[in-house]
Amino acid sequence: MTGLRAATAIVGIAEAVSPTGELDQRGLALEARMIREALADAGLGIGDVDGLCYGGNPSGMAEFLGIHPRFLDGTAVGGSSYELHVEHAAAAIAAGLCEVVVGVYAATPRSDRKRSSGNNGPRRFGPPPPGMEWEMPYGLRGPIGSYALSASRHMAEYGTTSEQLAQIAVDTRRWAALNPSARHRDLITIDDVVGSPMQASPLHLLDCCLVTDGAGAFVLTSAERAADLARPPVYVLGAASASDHGSSMTQMPDLTTTAGAVSGPAAFSTAGVTPPEVDLLMGYDSFTITALLHLEDLGFCAKGEGGEFAADGKLGPGGSLPMNTNGGGLSCTHPGQYGMFLIVEAVRQLRGEAGDRQLDGPEVAVAHGSGGVLSTMGTVVLGTEATR
Amino acid sequence: MKLMEPRDDERHEPFWTATREGILMLPWCNECDAAFWYPRPVCPRCLGDDLGWRAAEGTGVVYAVSVQHRPGTGRDVDDGPYAVAVVSLPEGVRMLTNVIGCDPGDVVVDMAVTVAWHELSDGRQLPMFEPGSQPTTRE
Ligand SMILES: [Zn+2]
Repeated sequence: MTGLRAATAIVGIAEAVSPTGELDQRGLALEARMIREALADAGLGIGDVDGLCYGGNPSGMAEFLGIHPRFLDGTAVGGSSYELHVEHAAAAIAAGLCEVVVGVYAATPRSDRKRSSGNNGPRRFGPPPPGMEWEMPYGLRGPIGSYALSASRHMAEYGTTSEQLAQIAVDTRRWAALNPSARHRDLITIDDVVGSPMQASPLHLLDCCLVTDGAGAFVLTSAERAADLARPPVYVLGAASASDHGSSMTQMPDLTTTAGAVSGPAAFSTAGVTPPEVDLLMGYDSFTITALLHLEDLGFCAKGEGGEFAADGKLGPGGSLPMNTNGGGLSCTHPGQYGMFLIVEAVRQLRGEAGDRQLDGPEVAVAHGSGGVLSTMGTVVLGTEATR
Repeated sequence: MKLMEPRDDERHEPFWTATREGILMLPWCNECDAAFWYPRPVCPRCLGDDLGWRAAEGTGVVYAVSVQHRPGTGRDVDDGPYAVAVVSLPEGVRMLTNVIGCDPGDVVVDMAVTVAWHELSDGRQLPMFEPGSQPTTRE
């Protein structure tokens, strides 16, 4: 396992998010632009790329880009796919399968909705995932209802309160206020969150992520190759993933503990890092409860203590555990799958390029993605030259 | 109550036939001698296919609950908020279901529940749960 530690580095990033929540481009054009910009950031060109991570059809994307990769990863497990892409690409590079891998994501649900308004034909769905035929009649709203069930159990088992969950939304908004690209930048209070309309109890509107357009890309290469490129390398110190169910919350062994309790310690172990040494947590925040579960499952606090841990504001600006400094899925951007943005912001902070919200010399950042309905977790531990 | 009616799938004929008599059947693995949920062609413990159906006790305890204030797919906003719960059955499985027969806001974790039936348009019945009379015990 030590073979993964600092064997690779993220050397290029790109991102497109907008305070309006909308982007002009979409689809393949947007994805191609992200790849071009991430390669330019790295000081590389498309001809250098020999590996591709894409949660659609990677060979189709490779054809579109005009490249002939010898490593393809089409992992599509929802929002954490991008953490798994980094994990898999890092392992592939470390094993000598390829040398320069790009990963890309783009989705434009906000402007797509606007484009299609007025001519809404029936939406076509494929066959439901296994088990869903037994659940569809009961009208659990997706995806929020699944997270609400987890929050319900966490509250009953550990006494977690709506106010404690609300604090996560409040602190995330304080970060968003410092990010000119964030969708929502006006400060909010705990009362605003618990007073916002109940959606699926116990989750209120302001416990939920946004729906925006967004896109991003990363370039990963070997540590040796990274040394000569345009930007300071951000090393992959550790990476791991785990999954404990698919779409049905009846199959999740414990609604208060995610597979992050497996992926987190595994990634930390490879990295040789402990939670107190983490300077920035980019923790997937589709809902406030999602982020709270990460705090516990990754070991920043004990199981059941996440509410109390978050309640003093330590996750916000000036706090002891900065979390989601870009404003997160709750306040910055969430195009449906948010995992790419965790990686981009972590890299930006470790390079010292985060503007008004820049942390003071961070050396270790964690990008922790959640995919499905708390189903598949991917943890990536990133570090600067000082941690190599 | 408007909802998406499940298909009358012949693979699950014993399940749906029993619902007409008000009996909740669970898929059963003869190799593991244990129930599982949801129904599928192989056992999720041993991957075996020596399977059958057995009647459940028809009781349970609420493991988690969420009141949907905005309706999910297939539901009608006019029917108002409703409780969706994960219920733990004494047979060792958890089911997603609705808890009916009380104010949805009164459904709480650890509440004892009993199977209740929602009649479908073809006479089959969809299992739901309602508050039960058993002493409330933590799972
Ligand atoms: Zn079995």
